[in-house]
Amino acid sequence: MWLPAYATRSERLCRLAVVLFAFAVLAFLIGPLFVVFPLSVSKDPFFTFPIREYSWRWYADFFQNARWMHSLVNSLVAAAASTLIATFLGTLAALGISRPGFPARKAVMALMISPMIMPVVIVAVGAYMFFGSLGLTNTRTGLVLAHAALAIPFVVVTVLSALSTYDSNLSRAGASLGAGPVSVFFAVTLPLILPGIVSGALLAFAVSFDEVIVALFLTGADQRTLPVQMFSGIRDQINPTIMAAASLLTTVSIALFVLLNLIRRVKRA
Amino acid sequence: MTQTLSLTSSASAPNLRAALRRAERPGRLGALALALPALLFLIVTFAAPIGLFLTTAVRNPEVRDTLPQTAAALAGWDGDGPAAPGEAAFAALLADLTRAKEDNTAAALGKRLNYESAGMRSRIMSVVRHLGNFKDGALAPQFAALDPVWASPDLWAIIKRNAAPVTPYYLLTAVDLQQDASGAITRVAEDQAVFLGILGRTLWIAGLVTGATLLLGFPTAYVISLAPARIAGFMLLMVLLPLWTSLLVRTTAWVVLLQTDGVINQVLLALGLTTEKLQLMLTRFGTVTAMTHIQLPFTILPIFSVMKSIPEGQMRAARSLGAPPFFAFWRVYAPQTLPGVTAGCLMTFILSLGYYITPALVGGPRDQMLSNFIATYINRDLNWGMAAALAGLLLVMTLSIYLLFLRLVGAERIKLG
Repeated sequence: MWLPAYATRSERLCRLAVVLFAFAVLAFLIGPLFVVFPLSVSKDPFFTFPIREYSWRWYADFFQNARWMHSLVNSLVAAAASTLIATFLGTLAALGISRPGFPARKAVMALMISPMIMPVVIVAVGAYMFFGSLGLTNTRTGLVLAHAALAIPFVVVTVLSALSTYDSNLSRAGASLGAGPVSVFFAVTLPLILPGIVSGALLAFAVSFDEVIVALFLTGADQRTLPVQMFSGIRDQINPTIMAAASLLTTVSIALFVLLNLIRRVKRA
Repeated sequence: MTQTLSLTSSASAPNLRAALRRAERPGRLGALALALPALLFLIVTFAAPIGLFLTTAVRNPEVRDTLPQTAAALAGWDGDGPAAPGEAAFAALLADLTRAKEDNTAAALGKRLNYESAGMRSRIMSVVRHLGNFKDGALAPQFAALDPVWASPDLWAIIKRNAAPVTPYYLLTAVDLQQDASGAITRVAEDQAVFLGILGRTLWIAGLVTGATLLLGFPTAYVISLAPARIAGFMLLMVLLPLWTSLLVRTTAWVVLLQTDGVINQVLLALGLTTEKLQLMLTRFGTVTAMTHIQLPFTILPIFSVMKSIPEGQMRAARSLGAPPFFAFWRVYAPQTLPGVTAGCLMTFILSLGYYITPALVGGPRDQMLSNFIATYINRDLNWGMAAALAGLLLVMTLSIYLLFLRLVGAERIKLG
């Protein structure tokens, strides 16, 4: 399998074993994502296979329950708002950082990336204490600000990678033809790096939409997000409605993922 | 640019360089101005809150705020001496506690002093309850009648020491140390030394997860890098898709899989591999398995991107020069994958240190990591100082490995998908 002609017999066997191992690992990676779907359409309220009878009752439960719906709306609003902030600030920052002669690039990058690696509990408790003193706990504003901070590195990294293939001579050409920096940006740069910005925005949306711990600390009953609602459900008594919620979350993630790959393909074409 | 500079005479070169720097300055400032809003935003909503929270690890406001007169009265008292302070200190404490009762701050003071010495809380509260029974005359015997310990200097030494605005108490406790009555630092008793154990457990679990992801991820990345483009693309999708799925959903899936009546036990029973159901939930094995599943893509992707850049011809050359297959792999191929292995393993280790959700839902009490204890100290015990001290400990570990990552790999090398 995928070996040059000179490979020995034992080498071939060895390679076959490695390939089988790799596919087993991929099955391990992907398998657990798909256990929630069949269980969410099982009529039985307990989680056993094989499924005896199918039903949409748990989805009906989800969509008819005011608490679940409220948390879904909260999640969508918070994710949309933090995506806007993070995409705007992150794109600007990436434009600056990518310029030649940006001062202290390494230190600035280290700070910009740090929300990605910071233990989320520390971020959550810090925000809980600081925002509490400003009266921003149990408000949507506090949650949006904290989520935007967590999402900025994802936008910066994606837009920087889009800018790394951008030919800055194009900007110079625009300027030599008499366009000011702002019109050069909107007419030349923006259309070319737009796929990168949209990818960053999709990532930012996913970060906020899936985030649990910060939301757990910063929200009250009114701003409770979908993951928080799920988390408390799993802690108390895991029920099939949670499987329906998990399936919906997974569907959203897969949709975002497919969208991202379509954008990448368009960019390449 | 260097060429133009070298063409000019050496005498005018510094001028030219200075002129160039002057000419570039507006561009540099413009670049900084673009990044400034995001930087300020991160400082206000991210860095400053964390910094502020960490200062609570040394802040010590209770005694200062609740017992100001007592603190003043004890200022001149020799805390190391054999005698309790004089009547003035007792009178000041009585006045302070009368005030504290009105302000409802006595309980918080008692709780804080109880950290230093067990029983302080009940002693303080007992004085507060009996405030009305104190009569004129010598106060020391009346205090001693409530609890003989009031006559000992040790208790007063604790109050005097904690009148300081900062305390090493929380930080010392976080590494299983304590300050005795004389102020010397000693190890805490064996049965109370828990925090170094938790620290060790956090590092151990993160290490296990990193090792497991490398063991599973390295061969997988290798196969993906060898596979024909179409198959490789499909395999990469299978690595990237889990990365996009919410961490909570993946943990939920593991809860379902690992339950006593869950899928894994059903499969094992059906295959006859086990005759009774195994306890998988609330175990170390379950926690490490779920965490390995979640972290695997973070380890695979950097290794894969390095492997893809290794020219195929090198292995062929090694073989044609007579190297046996394994030797060629080990001496020629493997060393070149090291940058990817370093990047992937460091990233997984950093992220594993901060896990909260997965141990909380899949792990048992003995699998809880530092993050879980930080959250518990805030949510259940309302002990901000201890939470901040443990957060400081976690942060020092995370940041030192992050610095190593920046040095060895670099922030610019982080790629997403």
